[in-house]
Amino acid sequence: MTPATVIRISGITKTYRIGSTEVQALRGVDLDVDRGEMLAIMGASGSGKSTLMNVLGCLDSPTAGSYRLDGVRVDGLPPDALADIRNGKIGFVFQGFNLLPRTSALENVELPLLYARHGGRRDTRAAAEEALTRVGLADRLHHEPNELSGGQQQRVAIARALVTRPAILLADEPTGNLDSITTLDVLALFQDLNEQGITVVIVTHEHDVARHARRVVELHDGRIVRDEPVGDRLRAATGAA
Amino acid sequence: MKTMVLVRVAARSILKNKMRTLLTMLGIVIGVASVIVMVAVGQGARDQIRARIENLGTNLLVVTPGASNAGGVSRGAGTFNRLTVGDAEALRRESLLLSAVSPVIFAPTQAVGGEGNWRTAVYGVSVDYATIRDWSTSTGSFFDEADVRAMRKVAVLGRTVADALFPGEDPVGRQIRLRNVPFEIIGVLERKGQNAQGADQDDVVLAPYTTVRNRLAGHMFIAQILASTPSPDDIPAAQREAASILRETHRLADWEDDDFTVRDQTQLAEAAEGTTEVMTALLAAIAGVSLLVGGIGIMNIMLVSVTERTREIGIRMAVGARGSDVLTQFLVESVVMALAGGAIGVIVGYAGAETVGRAMGWATAVTPAAAALALAFSAGVGVFFGFYPARKAAALRPIEALRYE
Repeated sequence: MTPATVIRISGITKTYRIGSTEVQALRGVDLDVDRGEMLAIMGASGSGKSTLMNVLGCLDSPTAGSYRLDGVRVDGLPPDALADIRNGKIGFVFQGFNLLPRTSALENVELPLLYARHGGRRDTRAAAEEALTRVGLADRLHHEPNELSGGQQQRVAIARALVTRPAILLADEPTGNLDSITTLDVLALFQDLNEQGITVVIVTHEHDVARHARRVVELHDGRIVRDEPVGDRLRAATGAA
Repeated sequence: MKTMVLVRVAARSILKNKMRTLLTMLGIVIGVASVIVMVAVGQGARDQIRARIENLGTNLLVVTPGASNAGGVSRGAGTFNRLTVGDAEALRRESLLLSAVSPVIFAPTQAVGGEGNWRTAVYGVSVDYATIRDWSTSTGSFFDEADVRAMRKVAVLGRTVADALFPGEDPVGRQIRLRNVPFEIIGVLERKGQNAQGADQDDVVLAPYTTVRNRLAGHMFIAQILASTPSPDDIPAAQREAASILRETHRLADWEDDDFTVRDQTQLAEAAEGTTEVMTALLAAIAGVSLLVGGIGIMNIMLVSVTERTREIGIRMAVGARGSDVLTQFLVESVVMALAGGAIGVIVGYAGAETVGRAMGWATAVTPAAAALALAFSAGVGVFFGFYPARKAAALRPIEALRYE
């Protein structure tokens, strides 16, 4: 494992038990993600891509296999340690934005900093403002989610993911709830952030979205069936919409 | 996560649901308010009784004929009356601590004069009686030492007697006949009101004890001796001193029990206060039940809130909140809610106690201690009833909480 490797998983399996039947969502996945990569994980619904994302995001723990994040082994850690990793090392962006309702953009972005334990920044407000400026929402600091468009809400969510300066940005279908124009807008933002050196992993089922990444991994029935660089990469225009 | 941030987060989420928060707090408000009112009313009743007992006089000692013991057979208090005017005079002469001593000779009498006649009690007392009972005349004056020594037939009327026999006029200078003996009225006492037992203290005629003994009572024994000390601190010592003087004048041997009882006001007050204390405790216990019900209301709402906000909990956990952070947040919320309810309850209770006080004509007393206790208790209710829902929230798994719809 070179220092450039941010994520290394090997032999990851995940089995859900629904009643008496067992569902194997992941059947042994090996994956390395290097620093500065922009990776798209593709797959049809039920292929296990969201499960893989939740494992990568330390929201769910694998049934078997090992997971190293930023050089630290994270599988089998107790819940509190996982919470700290989610807080410090991972920025997670959801399909449904998952912003706190009736809470301003600024306060939403501040949220992870409130739970920061070590090396937490003193001035959470300034840090949140900085992150919002970075996603182009400097003029929407005090708007609440219901006063923002879908694209803007997703930008707030991205700012929230960025504010703790994580090692990796994970996005689970980040454009799934957005129209085509704002989709490009958000993808442009991810590409910009990636060019600034942030490692980005995007889960999507859309080829057009995946083509904005540098590398595509395709899952089928809980296994990786394709892993290749993107040949005809698309570059979304910055500052659109 | 810092405490201040927690309190802010809790306050914010409480304010987001104003109506629900208010309804939840209502239980605590009513509980705390009723505890405060009940305790205040009880306290007021006790103060009232204390005031009436103090109305007897200040720093008072009461000597009454006590249990006599003849040949090992106790005959009970007052069976053998051995308290004499001589005892009172001995106390007055020999005591260093008692500043005022007065015998009280009790002579029930038909008083005749003015408009008609009136059944009342004549008390044969000394000049000190006015001091001991802190009782002055509204018109005329009290009798003096010379009157006592000369056994003058002078009398001071209680307000009730004055009103009964001489309605609408000042009886000073007029005559009153007690057991056919004419007395000159030299003063009328100020209104004293009812005593702790509800008897009218103004239905009385005071006369020099020398005169009463010779003209009316015809015996040497007296109902009680009243005495007082300059300061309340002297009372215990004065009590012992009076007892030893009386044992000497009664020539009691060491093995004999006292044939008198020396009591102070506190002892009189304690007996009366015991009853109200039980009442207060009972009322406060009933009020406490409503506080408990209020607490269950908080728990109910917090449980609903945990379910309702499962997604929010998931979001918080996804960005790095630990289980303990979530636990603390919900706990702080319920405590803040309970405390706010408690604070409002204290204010409502204060107003309620005032209203009850006005309606009953009592001075009700809200003690800061009762308010502080009620507040502390409501915080306790918040912790106790908030803990289970908070635990439930903290135990959620982030992935499940996030998926919850």
